[in-house]
Formats: sequence, C-alpha cells, structure tokens
Amino acid sequence: MEIKKTAVAGTLESSDVQVTVEPGGGGITLDLSSSVINQYGRQIKKLVLGTLENLGVKSGKVTVVDKGALDCTIKARVECAVYRSNGQTDGIPWGAL
Amino acid sequence: MTDDVKNRLRRTMLFLSAQRPSLMKDAYIFRPDSVIFDLEDAVAESQKDAARFSLYNNLKSVDYGSVERIVRINGLETPHWREDVRACVAGGAEGIRIAKCESAEDVKLVESAVESAEREFSADPGKMLLMAAIESPRGVINALEICEASDRLFGVAISGGDFRVAMRTSYHRSGVELLAARGGVLLAARASGVQCFDTVFTDLDDMEGFRAEVVLDREMGFDGKSVVSPRQIPVVHEIFTPGPREIREAERVVRAIRENAARGVGIFQVDGKMLDIAFLSGAERTLALAKASGAYEGDL
Repeated sequence: MEIKKTAVAGTLESSDVQVTVEPGGGGITLDLSSSVINQYGRQIKKLVLGTLENLGVKSGKVTVVDKGALDCTIKARVECAVYRSNGQTDGIPWGAL
Repeated sequence: MTDDVKNRLRRTMLFLSAQRPSLMKDAYIFRPDSVIFDLEDAVAESQKDAARFSLYNNLKSVDYGSVERIVRINGLETPHWREDVRACVAGGAEGIRIAKCESAEDVKLVESAVESAEREFSADPGKMLLMAAIESPRGVINALEICEASDRLFGVAISGGDFRVAMRTSYHRSGVELLAARGGVLLAARASGVQCFDTVFTDLDDMEGFRAEVVLDREMGFDGKSVVSPRQIPVVHEIFTPGPREIREAERVVRAIRENAARGVGIFQVDGKMLDIAFLSGAERTLALAKASGAYEGDL
C-alpha cells in the first residue's frame, strides 16, 4: 500500500497512541515520542516498522506519540492510519493483518 | 456448537467501548462472565473504522481467559455492520450481539453474513454464537420468532434506553415502564430455551437502586444482566449465585425426589413442604448455577 494522503488514528489518552502518516519519498521516516521511550522505544519502533512492512508501505513520514499503549493498540492505530490514507474502511483483509 | 457453550454462565455482560484501548486492555481482571466490546453507540461515527481495527487486534492478542468475548455490532440499517461481522469472525470473537433486533429476518441476515465470513476466513463453521438485543415494541412483540430464528442464538437481551423512548416514557425506579418488555421477552426466551438478560442500570452512584433492580431480575427469572461498570459486577454475582441455604435446600429436594421416585412414591413432604417431580428441574438448576459459579462442589 501507499500512503496517499495525511491521515491520523488514535488519541493522546492514556493507554492509547496517536499515529500520523504523511506521503513522502525515500523510505520511511519514523518520529517516535513515548512516555516509556527509555524502556520500550526500540520495541515500539520495531513494531511500527514491522506493521508498515506487513502492509507493504515502503515510504512516507510516520509520527507516533505513544501514551503507554499495548502492542495490539499500536498495531491497530498504524493499520487504521494507513487505510485511512487510502480512503478505505471496508473490505479490510482482516486475516492477513 | 455444544449446548454447554450456548448455556454457559452469563450473570454479567460488561460493556466496553471498542474506541477506548484503556477499557479493553485488561477488563478480564474484573472477572465478568462476558464482555461486550461495543462497536455501536459507544463509538463515534467518525471512529467506526478505528474501533474495528482496535477490536480485531485486541481479539487476536489479549488473552481474556475464561471471560467470553461478545461484540455488539452496528445496527442493520447502517453501512457498518457487515464489516463489523467480518472483523468479529476473523478476530475470533465468541459471539455477536445484534443491535435493535426486530424480527427473525434480522437474525437470519446476520447469520448469513457470519457464514460468509466463516468461509472467507476459514473459521470453524457454526462456532460463532449470536444474541439479539430487543430495543423496540416490535422487537418485544416478535420476541418468540427472534428466539427461534437460529441455532446459533444463545440469548436475548432487553435494551431499555431505546425501548423507553419508543414507549414515550422514562426510567422509573419501580421498573414499571419495562414491565411488559421484561415479561414478554422472558416468556419468549423460556418458551424457546434460550437465555435472557436484563438491560443496563446507568446511574453508577445509585448502588442501592442497582441492587434492587438486580434482585428483581433474579426473582423474575433472568439469567443475568448487562453492566456498564466493574463496580456493578460483584453485586450481580452475589445476587445471582445461590447462597448456602439455597444450595442445601436444593440438595435436599434433589435427593428426596430421586430417593422417593426409586421407591415409587410420587408426592411427599420435606421439611413440611409438599414436593413432587415438578420441583426437580428447579432444584437441579440451582445446583448447576451454584456449581458454575464456584459455590458448590458437591456430587449432585
């Protein structure tokens, strides 16, 4: 998938994460801020990049503001933001996510 | 699916908005019998897609142990419900709650979408259970056909908010405004052998009123209650779990009926009360409920 337009998913509430994706060339640029960055920063980056790879996203700017979200929430917000950037809300390939 | 799964213990069904990760991440610690992840009223229209992604990933990742995971999908008049069903089946939810159910056709429509999703995602055919929320006068009138519409249907629930609006009334502490709905839906559930659940109680500061309503639910014959706060769970479990005295009486009744039946005696007295075979199933049900609740470890 491509990041076709700027899209946001998630909130800044505790246990949530806000993910913003924007179109951009030359690979993926990831900007992460987290209340637990010293403990889990590396793991969160790996999870975000792995989720993007699974979606086939090869380039774009991704901004992640984490408020202590579980891995499943981070993955959900990244997927939602990418699908929103494509204007797709139905026909999601659930089994492949 | 087996009858054990369909008839499992469901004293409490805790509503949780699928839009709020903070609610979904660890609700199993409150030990409700079931949770209901809500994609409908608790989710803003602009966040339906985000809630679905959260739901799917939560279903796939978080271990709820023995807590049953049911999903309230959006109403059949909306553009969302079919995608909701796909996410539920692919994620592995145990059940789907059909909102605003008014007829057998509504149940069959969702059943058909579930079957399609089971094929698409290679899920166990027939495993996904259904329950119907009855929220309108027409739903109450059609409750029996709703209860009998599908082998997947394990129960029906009254949803009081919309029903009160439709009846041009409002909440009353006596419960008089829901008298017809509670009676009608319970009768239909009992006639068709499915479970029946009462509506939520939303005034979280009125625990006395809540307790009184739960007692009414138990006395009327409901199997459990939808709840909106973890604070409400212990109250429902306490009231819906048979106490020691009730268990002892049920044991005595079961033993006496079986012993007398073996001797060819049909009617007799226990502790001054006339008993016959008609009392057996009620006593057995009390022991089964006590056993499922962890309050009885006897051999009956």
